[in-house]
Amino acid sequence: MIDLFDVWKTYPNGVHALQGINMTVKHGEFVYLVGPSGAGKSTLLKMMYREEKPTKGQIFFEGFNLSRIREREIPKIRRKIGVVFQDFKLLPRLTVYENVAFALEVVDTPRSRIKKRVEQVLEQVQLLHKKDRYPSELSGGEQQRVSLARALANKPSIIIADEPTGNLDPETSWDIMELFVDINRQGTTVVMATHNKEIVNTIRRRVVAVENGRIVRDEQRGEYGYDR
Amino acid sequence: MIVNRLRRALREGFKSVVRNGWMSVASVNAVAVSLLILGLFYLLVSNINHFTYDLENQLEMKVFMEPTADEEAVRAMEARLRNEPTVKEVQFIPKEEGLKQFAASLGERGELLEGLKEENPLPDAFVVQTYEPEQIAPLAEQLKSVETVGNVIYGQEYVDKLLSFTDGVRWLAMILVLLLALTAVFLIANTIRLTIFSRRREIEIMKLVGATNWFVRGPFLIEGVMLGLFGGVVASLVLVLAYGILVDKTRDTLAMYSIQLLPMYPVVLQMTGVLLIIGACIGGGGSWLSVRRFLRI
Repeated sequence: MIDLFDVWKTYPNGVHALQGINMTVKHGEFVYLVGPSGAGKSTLLKMMYREEKPTKGQIFFEGFNLSRIREREIPKIRRKIGVVFQDFKLLPRLTVYENVAFALEVVDTPRSRIKKRVEQVLEQVQLLHKKDRYPSELSGGEQQRVSLARALANKPSIIIADEPTGNLDPETSWDIMELFVDINRQGTTVVMATHNKEIVNTIRRRVVAVENGRIVRDEQRGEYGYDR
Repeated sequence: MIVNRLRRALREGFKSVVRNGWMSVASVNAVAVSLLILGLFYLLVSNINHFTYDLENQLEMKVFMEPTADEEAVRAMEARLRNEPTVKEVQFIPKEEGLKQFAASLGERGELLEGLKEENPLPDAFVVQTYEPEQIAPLAEQLKSVETVGNVIYGQEYVDKLLSFTDGVRWLAMILVLLLALTAVFLIANTIRLTIFSRRREIEIMKLVGATNWFVRGPFLIEGVMLGLFGGVVASLVLVLAYGILVDKTRDTLAMYSIQLLPMYPVVLQMTGVLLIIGACIGGGGSWLSVRRFLRI
């Protein structure tokens, strides 16, 4: 589903964020990206949803060559990818319902279908009863569920998550992880950067460790492998 | 789908105009000022064109004989003019008649010329009409070289002078308007940038969930075009009112010199159209400038 061949990224300020990454993510996989802060995890994720372009190398996503793709075609691939962030990125002036509907409106979904789909995904993250609340009235965990619902709205084939539990307390983190596992079980690929040792060591999945812009370890059912 | 998008862009664009408050007002003003000047020149040039057109259609020239020319020479000239194939009509104005006309044109002060009756300084003259206006100039040049002819006056000379003057005015207008329009474009670009900043989270999310560039751009372009159009409306209103008053107040005075300003309609309508179109272009250009730089996410 995603193939990276010798991907390098040097930022304009001279930082070598990625140095020759080779990696393949298969359909239906669940992949943890681990490693110290500044190792290049976020850059690697950004490459996958084409927020950043590689300086060198090729990235393929379901047949699209992301390193060559034209600006005009980016929306096409973004609609197949759901993104979740540590800071949720919800729009504060919109309700829970509107935040999720936003993702559908933007891609010209007919009004009749929007309502059905929004309720469906809110049900999936168990927040339908709070659909008319504003993000500020929700707990961190609930906000992350809304952002997950938004990511799921367009039925993406992959969810890319950058430290989705980074701002949450342990208990809430487990709830969120349960949702991710559930989504993955239904066939959606998940790639997640995380610093959460317990989660990685308990919910055993493929672990890819990145240090200094290089992949140093890639194990099925791996361990977190760092002290913190 | 397209209609929905357009409606959304219009709604969002309008909201931003209101939300940006004084910045919007400043942008509208900047556009209005540059368009006001453009409109002013538009009216000026239209009127000069109208005036020169009138002049060109006066198919007339005056041939003044040398004061020393004797009767024989005058008669020879008259015969020559009547034989010209391009000449339609010749009217002889003897110097006495010329003096009377001159005195009449001075009105009450014509009395001053009483003392000149004995020694009339005016030459004999002919008023010549040709069939076509373009036949005047070559004929006039021919006649000028005749020894017994003092001077030849015809409308084309004024027309040429006026035309070169209008050309100058047009250039001046173009340069001024261009400079002012540039200022307006940058002011609008700044206003739009405010909107973009206040909504950059929203834009980021739009892009992440797969909104097309046009979907993101739409509202900003609409906002810019609206600002430009408002500027055009303000400038047009001011000019239409001012021109109406001007035409009204100067009608009697100008009639004395047999000059007429262009009537209000259709010239002010054409001007309003031009100003609105250019205003919209300025606004669209300004927002395009900001959007292009800020939407690369």
